[in-house]
This record gives sequence, structure tokens and C-alpha cells, in this order.
Amino acid sequence: MTIEATTPSGERMTLNMGPHHPATHGVLRIVVETDGEVVETCTPDHGYLHRSIEKIGECVEWPLFVPYTDRVDYVCAMNANLAYCIAAEQLLNTSPTTAVTVPQRAECIRVLVAELNRISSHLIAVGAMAMDVGAYTPFLHGIAQREHVNDIFERLCGQRLTYNYVTIGGVAFDLYENAAEQITAFLDAFEPEMVRFNKLITTNTIFRDRCAGVAVVSRDEAIAWGLVGPNLRGSGVDFDLRRDEPYGIYGKLGVRVPVGQAFAGRHGVVGDCYDRYLVRLLEIQESVRLCREVLKILPPPAAKAADPVGGWQADVTKVIKRPPKGEVHCRTEAPRGEMGYFLVSDGTKVPWRVRVRTGSFSAAGIFHKVMRGAFLADVVAIIGSFDVVVPEIDR
Amino acid sequence: MSALTAEVIGQRTRAAFPQVQPLATENGRPFLQVAPGDLQQVLRFLCSERDLRFDTLMDLTGYDLLKYPMVPPSDAIVVVYLLWSHVHRHKTTVKVLAPRADCRVPTASSIWPAALYFEREVWDLLGVHFEGHPSQKRIMSPDDWTGHPLRKDYLYPVDYHGVPHLRDGQHFEHVPARPGIPAVAPAPKKSTP
Repeated sequence: MTIEATTPSGERMTLNMGPHHPATHGVLRIVVETDGEVVETCTPDHGYLHRSIEKIGECVEWPLFVPYTDRVDYVCAMNANLAYCIAAEQLLNTSPTTAVTVPQRAECIRVLVAELNRISSHLIAVGAMAMDVGAYTPFLHGIAQREHVNDIFERLCGQRLTYNYVTIGGVAFDLYENAAEQITAFLDAFEPEMVRFNKLITTNTIFRDRCAGVAVVSRDEAIAWGLVGPNLRGSGVDFDLRRDEPYGIYGKLGVRVPVGQAFAGRHGVVGDCYDRYLVRLLEIQESVRLCREVLKILPPPAAKAADPVGGWQADVTKVIKRPPKGEVHCRTEAPRGEMGYFLVSDGTKVPWRVRVRTGSFSAAGIFHKVMRGAFLADVVAIIGSFDVVVPEIDR
Repeated sequence: MSALTAEVIGQRTRAAFPQVQPLATENGRPFLQVAPGDLQQVLRFLCSERDLRFDTLMDLTGYDLLKYPMVPPSDAIVVVYLLWSHVHRHKTTVKVLAPRADCRVPTASSIWPAALYFEREVWDLLGVHFEGHPSQKRIMSPDDWTGHPLRKDYLYPVDYHGVPHLRDGQHFEHVPARPGIPAVAPAPKKSTP
């Protein structure tokens, strides 16, 4: 008789991970029932970070909700701002009397900051995932590069984490004087750093074998369970809202979409932890390219903020007080996948309903399924590979 | 792969279910209005039909119609299903009105497992009971929370397990009052030393 680690022993143990656990990226509590080393059931417990953001949305005026969107996902606050502002603009554009045209320069700046923020968010994701499986150094390399992005954002809007920079109708401030040079310098220095990062961890055999074939989510499962963004693409679904439902100027940029293909080699399966990890790394590369493209087509600044080409902020102060009655659903591609805003307006200056649909929420929904049968030590790797950010789940 | 327009999707659904109403919001956003009794069949039809094939539940949410300026006025809870097809790259919206007195809607989790979490959230925040959901419990608020916060007649609780939510003399004055809805919770009880 052979005894394997997966042979059931019949002895059950209940383990409580979190809410304060270094590998749960915030205050996520997971109750795991194990049989030996194997997870039998996994029950996530949410709500420790619930700040009733959707209720607040019904109590503040349309433009005043933008700072709260920062808190929906503080790791990629620019993208969270952008998602809400685009949705609000779409609502205004459903009536010709309130239509808003975002200046071209503002559209370019939005894509620029969104992609820079995507780089920094994915650096956290891949770095933290490596840290969760035991490799501490890559995390520090990721964080060090992220600091440069934060420096750029700090000069741009004064904040390093919650920016409140993208506004309805444009962006809050124009780019500072030598922003383009500073961003180009960062991108130039960043690319060789990523080569070092990959040498350190991506091609590392221990890391690769640790993630290969773990927590496989098949293509059909990913679609049925509503996974979005890199988690969906990691399962081999070729879908990116920036390319397939372009908003802003993404349609002109030609976004290339990486898709999971069992990158881990011999033991790899499409949709395993390694695929989700590598899709994020490839997206970082793509974001670097997009930033450079945007800097090429950035129109020169105009004297007036509301200038349709070189301006950065269309005047919405009047129309936002009387938006059209009705509703709108708008989704954008945030680093953690589709961030969809469903807005209902009763024609007053305060929204009737603000609904945020986030990527981490659906990723958390599949936890109990993928954890079943996994090794206890893999639980943290699985959480890391889905890149959940708890404020996005709890809101 | 061929994306269908909202009009064609409405016609296709109406051909199979004549009681489904293709409507549009005030700002021209089309949706299908379904009665709670037909909901599961209609959703299953939308999911499985070859040329429709809505394989993804983009979002499941809802809102309260109480005091919403509309004719005729309603006090129902709207549950909104936003569907997307990865096969055909088209989308549609299904709405169902759950009466306030008997707020029940059949579950969609047997069609899209993604609904498991969404329905828990809608139950927690709006108080819509999804019949057939395997574990219909709150997801964000504590299990012993009273009321459903996103309902328009929700009153802010004064305290939770004896911990007051307001300091002495403080009110929820920042909440903009909508006509006919009390926005301010009853004044907190003075604690007796």
C-alpha cells in the first residue's frame, strides 16, 4: 500500500486564516477545513472592509463621488476614477443638451495614467504572489519600481495612492512641465529592470513548478463563474475591453492581448496559477508600449482648460447638476479586470443608484471551488494568483 | 459569431415568451422586462439558445423604485441582470420587478454560478430573497444586521450591540432628504450612567 499526501486520513482540522494574515492582502478571512495537507472545504468570510461605498454614492453629488472611487480599489485608483468618470460621461451623453466632449489631450493623459497605474498594480500583484510562495526579493524589486510611478503621480496630483485625478469631463490638472521626459526616463529604466525581475523569479524552476497545474480554472468555468481581466485571460479567453469594447483613445492604439497558454511547460495547464501570473507580466510589457504610443500622439497643451484639443478639462459644472433621467452601464478594463459602473439617475444632482462591479468580487466567488483538493500551502499561492484586493470585494 | 442588436434579441425572446416586454429606459437604454415567475425560463433560454448564447452574467444588481419619479409610481425593487455573450460579443439587460411586500425572485445561480455571490450581495443590501439559492445569507454586513441599507426607506441604526453610531448631538444631516423619505434616523437614546 502506498501512502500519498493526498490519501484521505479521515482526520479533519479547521483552520482560520485571517482576517489578519500577511498573505490575504487586506482583511480577508478564509475558514479552511483540511484533511491532512489537503483542503476539503474553503469558506471565505467577507465584509471586514465594507465601507458602504454604494450607499455613499446615493448621498453625494455626482462629481463628489470621484474620491470614493479611489477607495474602491486603492492599488489602481486611477483606473477606478476613470471607470466612474467614463460612466458618468456616458450618462450625460445620452441627452444632447448635456453632452460632454472630453478634450483630446485629456483622453491621452487618462490612458497614460491608467497604464502607468496598471504597471504599478501588476507589480504589486506579481511581487506579492512571489512573496506568498516564499520568494521575498522579487517583491522588493517590484515595490522599488512602483515607487517611481508613485513619484510621477505625486508630482502630477499631489497624492501617491488615492489620486482623485480623473474627473468627469477630463482630468484635474494638466501634465507638469517635463512629465513626458520623466515618464520616458522611467520606462527606459524600467524595461531592463523587468528583464532582471524575470531572471529572478519568472524563469525560476522552483517558482514555476510550484505554480504549474495548481488551481486550474478551465475556459468554460472562467466564463461561467464570471472571472474577468487577467484571471479570465489566464484561462485562455481572448478578451480585453480595451481592444474589444474600446473606450477613450484605446481604439486607436491597437492593444495586444496576452492569453494563457500553459506557459509553465511540461506540467503547465491552461488556466493555472502560473498562467495568471505570466499574463500579468506580459500585460506590464504591453502597458509600457501603450505609454510610449500615447506620448507620441499627445497634443501640445493649450492655454484654456476646456480647449477641445489641447485642454484637459471640459466644463461640466452646469450639466452635472441636471443629468438626464435614466440609467447607463459602462465597463472598463482595470488591472483586476472589468470594472463596471451601473448608474441610475432620477435627473437630480445626486445619483439614484451607483453600482460598482469589480474583478476581485467574482474572483473571490470562485475560491471555494478552486481551493477544494488543493494543498494547504497552495492556498496563499492561489489567493495571490487571483490578485484579489479586499476593498474591491467588500466595497 | 454574429452580434445581434437589442431589437433582434427582444424579438427572439418575445417569439418564445410573448409575455416578455422589450422596453427602454428614459434615456433610451433597451431592456427586457420579465415577470418573476418566468424569470428562470427566460434566463435559461437566453443562456442556452445558439444564436443568443449569453454565457456570462456581467453583473447582477438592483435598485429601489420607492419615490423614484416615474408614472405610474412604484415601490418595487428592480433586480437587473446584465448579460454578455463571449461567443457573439453582444449584450442585453433583463429586469424583474420584485414586489416590496413579497420580495422573492428565483435564483439564477443554477444557470451562471457567478450569481451565487451577486445574489448574496443583492439580498444583503436590497433585501431580495432569491429562491433556490444554496446559501442565502448576508455577505458584507454582519449576519445579525437589521434592514437592507440600499432600500430608500432604510433608517440608519442608532447603535450596533450597544456601540453608538453617532456622538451626542450628532445627526445624519449630510444625507440629502428626498421628498417623502425620512433621511435622519431617530435621535440616539441618551445613555444613563
